[in-house]
Parts: sequence; C-alpha cells; structure tokens
Amino acid sequence: MRAVDAIVECLKAEGVDTVFGLPGGANLPTYDALYDGGVRHVLCRHEAGAGHAAEGYAKASGRVGVALATSGPGATNLVTPVADAMLDSVPTVFITGQVRTDLIGTDGFQEADTTGITMPVVKHSILIQDPRDIPTAISEAFHLARTGRPGPVLIDVPQDLSRADIDYDPIDSVNLPGYQPTVEGNAKQIKLAAKALANARRPVIYAGGGVVNANASGELTELCLADGFPVTCTVMGLGAFPAPHDQWLGMLGMHGTRAANYAMDEADLICAIGARFDDRITGKLSEFAPRAKFIHIDIDPAEISKNVPAHIPIVGDAKRILPKLVREYRALETEGARLDGWWERIRGWREKHPLGYEDSVDSEIKPQFMVEAMYKATDGDAIVTSDVGQHQMWCAQYYDFPEPRRWINSGGLGTMGFGLPSALGAQVACPDQTVVCLAGDGSLQMNIQELATCVTENVPVKVFLMNNHYLGMVRQWQELFWDRRYSGVDMGTTPDWVKLAEAYGATGMRASEKGSLVETMREALATEGPVVVDVQVTKEENCYPMIPAGQAARDMVG
Amino acid sequence: MGEEPAPQAVLDLDELQIPGGRQTGRRHILSILVENKPGVLARISGLFSRRGFNIDTLAVGPTDDPRISRITLTVDGALHPIDQVTKQLHKLINVLKIRDLEPRETVARELALFKLAAEGESRGQIVQFAEIFRGKVIDVSKRSLTVEVTGTDDKIEAFEDLVRPYGLIEMVRTGEIAVARGRSTT
Repeated sequence: MRAVDAIVECLKAEGVDTVFGLPGGANLPTYDALYDGGVRHVLCRHEAGAGHAAEGYAKASGRVGVALATSGPGATNLVTPVADAMLDSVPTVFITGQVRTDLIGTDGFQEADTTGITMPVVKHSILIQDPRDIPTAISEAFHLARTGRPGPVLIDVPQDLSRADIDYDPIDSVNLPGYQPTVEGNAKQIKLAAKALANARRPVIYAGGGVVNANASGELTELCLADGFPVTCTVMGLGAFPAPHDQWLGMLGMHGTRAANYAMDEADLICAIGARFDDRITGKLSEFAPRAKFIHIDIDPAEISKNVPAHIPIVGDAKRILPKLVREYRALETEGARLDGWWERIRGWREKHPLGYEDSVDSEIKPQFMVEAMYKATDGDAIVTSDVGQHQMWCAQYYDFPEPRRWINSGGLGTMGFGLPSALGAQVACPDQTVVCLAGDGSLQMNIQELATCVTENVPVKVFLMNNHYLGMVRQWQELFWDRRYSGVDMGTTPDWVKLAEAYGATGMRASEKGSLVETMREALATEGPVVVDVQVTKEENCYPMIPAGQAARDMVG
Repeated sequence: MGEEPAPQAVLDLDELQIPGGRQTGRRHILSILVENKPGVLARISGLFSRRGFNIDTLAVGPTDDPRISRITLTVDGALHPIDQVTKQLHKLINVLKIRDLEPRETVARELALFKLAAEGESRGQIVQFAEIFRGKVIDVSKRSLTVEVTGTDDKIEAFEDLVRPYGLIEMVRTGEIAVARGRSTT
C-alpha cells in the first residue's frame, strides 16, 4: 500500500480516533489517505490551533494527541505547540509534510528544516529517509510520546516518500535500546522516604503535573490521607488532589496561597511528586524552604537535584511508587498527633490570610467574582481550559478542581492563545462533558480563528472572556515594578466580541453586571453550540497574593 | 538560577552570570556511545551550546558494531552543570551510554599534523625533533615538511611550541580519543 495509507493504518493501530491539522502541498498524500481512511480529521484554521487542540485532547483524555501540518510555514506554525507540549510533558505526535527528497536542502518552495528547528523542543524527532521505515517510526513515536516522561515526538515525512508503495505489517514491538525509563522506584529509597515522612514534624506534600500524567491522583490522595499530610499542587497539578479538602492548602508558588507558601517555607520535609521546582515555585532559590529535607519522586532522572538538591531521590512512575510508599508508611509506627502543632500553625495562616478580594460596591464585576460565578454556573463540574495571564492565575486560585484532567492550561511555556484551541481538543476528546474556556482579551485574539473550527465541527465550547481591555498581567507588573509606565498593554475597546462571535456563526453574549452574571453564564451553558460571553470586568485589578519574581515566600505581597 | 534583581534595576555587567564565567579549568572527557543515526551529533552539540559550554575537541568514529558510533568530546565546565548536561544527554533516545572519564584512569591520545616551512638547515633539526617525539615525516616538498605526531594534548602542544619558531604553516588536530585503563569497558 502507499506509505500514507500505512500512516493512517498505524494511527488506527495506536488507537487514534481523531487528528487535528491543516493540509498543504507537502502533505497532500496524507490528506488523500485521510479522505476515507477511517480517522476523524478536524480541520483547524491555523497549525498553532491544531497543535494546541491536540494538546487539549491529550490533557483531557490522557491519550496521545495528534496534529498534522504541511512543510515550511505549516511546520513552523506548529513550533509553539511543540514547545508547549515539551514544557508541560504532553503526550503528542506531530506529523509534518516535507518537500520532496530531491528538493531538500535547495531552499525549495515551502521548505524549512523542520527537524532542525524543533530539535531543542521535542522529546524525539524522526526525519523519514526510507518509506519502509514509516510504520516503525510511527510506532516508536507513540511509544516515546506516552511512556516515561511524556512529550512531543515529531515525524517529518518527505512528500515523495509518502507516496511510495510499501509492505505494511502491523508493528507489535519497538526496539529502542537507548530508551529504558525507570518505572518501579528503588525499594530502599522508598523505605527511607517512608521513614522520613514518619519522622517529619512539619511535612508538606508538593505535587505537580507528573501526578496527573501518571494517572496517579488516587494514589496521591491515599498517601496524603495515610496521615494528616498537608498537600499543595503546582498550577499543572491542580486536580491531582481533590479540592476543596481539609488537607488541601491550595496552589503554591508565585500566585499561590499564603498557607501553601508559608508551609513550604517552614517545612522540615517536602515530598515532591512529579514536580520540578520551577522558578515560579521556588522564587529566590537560596531562600527556598531553608529548613526542609527533600524527597523527590520523578520519572525523569534529569529533574532530580536540578534546582534543589534531593536528599531522598526516587526515580520512577508515581503510580507504581506511591502505593509502595503508602504500604511502607503504614508498616511504621507513627504518631498522628505529632502533626497537631503543624496543623495549628497552618490553620493560623489559613484564617489570617485566606484568599480574598475586595468586592465592588456597585454592580462592577471583579475578575475573581467572575471565576466564582463560573464555578457556580458550572457547579464546579466542567473541564476548564485557560489562556495565560491574570485570568489563568485567578482561575487556579478560585476554581476548585475535584478531579485531574479538569484544568487544562499552559503552565511551562505560558502560551497565550492556548485556551480556545485546547478547549476544542478537550471537547472533541470528551464530547459529553461541559468544556469551558476562560480566556483573556489579549490571549483570545491569538487563536480566535479556531472559533470557526468549533462552529463547523459543531464543538460546543463555551468561552468566558475576562475582558479588562488590558494585557493584564503585564500591566500589573508595570504598575508594581515599573512606576505605572503602561507601555504596550492597552488593548482599547476592540473588537466587538458579540459581533465577532456572531460573524463566526457562534452565539455572542455580553455581561457587565455582577447581579446577573451567574444567570448569563448558565444561559450560555444551556445554549447549543459554541458561545462567547464577553464579561466586562474591573479594568485594573491585581492578582494577589504574589511573590515578586526572584524573592522568597516570606516576601509575599497583597 | 531563579534569582533576579528588582526588575527595574539596571544590571551591572559584572553581576551577570555570563556563561563563560562558569569555566573552572577542570577538563572533562566524555565518551558517548550512540546509535549511528542522522542528527545524533546535532542533538548532542545542541545540549552543550544551549548551556553556554564550548566543546574543546570532538572526535566521532565507528565502533566494532557498525550500528553504533562513539563520540569523544572534551569540555571545560564546573561539575554540577556537567552533571546536568550528562543527564540531559542520557535522555536523548539515540544515546546508549555516557562516561565522564576520570583523567587518571584514562588513556587519551590525539593525532596532529604539522606543516612546517622547513628550508635549509632547519630541515634536519625538525626531523630530529620529530624523532624525539616519535613523530613521522609524512610529506616532504622543497619548501615544506609535514610531520605526524601522536600523543596526549600536552605532548602535542610541546611539539608545537618547539617547532613554531621554524615556521608553522598550519596545524591540524583530531581531538582526543580515550579509553578507560584496565579491563573494564569505556
């Protein structure tokens, strides 16, 4: 069969039901094979949209997301989603068309060195040089994307090779001698970790996106409940521990709660699970958790002691390690009351510094109020995607996620424009769930074209636009650290979002009074098809609390 | 890492961590076994350049198994960042094995070719030096001599210092290759 038909067969063999993409000259053969190949193709309006949709699909479902693009500009438009998937460890496979082999290296029409451009931001990439290698390459790509620390794998297929006639036999095993992720975790280290937890008087469990990726939130919860361990999550880990909960401290880091950050600061033992001590978590590294010893559980050995030296490193899959850790912990004699003093201190912080904001005295909608309204309107039961900025942080603070894979955002790369296309992907993966995109007015413009995809494909995402007419987070920094010299942050009043939504064939709504906001949101959720609700919020509101960049948890402001 | 001065502060050049400043003079010889596949070298060198390391020497060649190549590279760097790069190298799918060779437990050799403007009396002296260094004259013309010298980088540099006054036209070095001492594999 043609190599492209083999590509489609391989995709089906990997369990792929949907791909996102955009055709062009170099991947025309692939699209011919997709015509009646039996895999759903969602035609996105921009390759960046297709890439983020594949990420949203992967994050919501846990399955590998797939995006296709043609050579040259198609592939370069994919670079941002590829990098995004790298930094957030999203299992994704990107298949790009490449110019004919005789044109490679000649600056041919729509030629770009795709594997070269993406090299630093992929888990692995493969430039096909022999069409007979295609089935193996695809099988390896899916294996690499979904195992170990997940990530993006890119396959670049020259147009002529994709038309070659090859024999296709299903691939049932991969041979990658240089790739042997450790999954089980060292038994001695796990024992040591259990002992450390048993001896700790001020422990904190700090969980990240790795727990979500490992589908280990049940196991995490069991560990936390094995004793009264306080638990906090990174922005990528939200939902890994069911919120709200007595033992839940809220998110940590730059815009985390004071309880979480102060607990990290005073902890004598921090158990990091699938988290990587990012600078948004540690702040000033030399003053980060100065009294703590660290257990670090991660599937990627390169994360261990990268930023913070680990006392008890455990390399492996959280899903395999945590049950063993719980078993070892339960086998020890522990005194639950030893944590009473610690909890008293934490409760003190909670009571003294709860998350909060000053609500308006008139009908003005405060952005935090908007997130609370969204929580009410959705009964806390929705997949929420977000763009990047203030609204993302407010959502992380004020929307409690009871389960993993409900909160989909761009944490590592911080990609504006991520929200709408990832909502599209999430809704395609989970057609029966409510999918809401909390957008910012800066971010939404960056991939608004995917509204057309949502309308055409009948994907009923609801976009709640937090509209403050500013690039809000940048404005906040300019206000706080740059003497209010507002440079390049005023978005003016355009566009008319209601008309824009309608122009795309979606429903547009507007809300500017807090009294009726929940009602308007409920109405939007009950409306068929995609909806954009333009919510006019306070123009200049700052996201607090905040650890100014490069400072310590103790220096939190607001 | 993660420590920023106040955003508004104008940064003094001296306070910035310029990558070159990380050099410590501690030389590392990394011996890397890789699958013989396109792009492997680019992936490896990219991990170094991104972190501001300058690769001093690099030698690539086949092993007894044609599917596997060995890359030997020398780099100057503090221990912690080298450890970080090594861990990242391990993550490359086509990398099979990496060893940061201890200089004392390693035999390292390099080959160098010296083209010298050897005319008249100096020819004899150069040939004599070559013999002392157990080098070989491998090309000769009326106005030049080319000498091949093998050894540690110290020895090659010593030969270079010695012959430079006689008119060094050019010098080509392979970069070091190395093998662990004793029975254990590199």
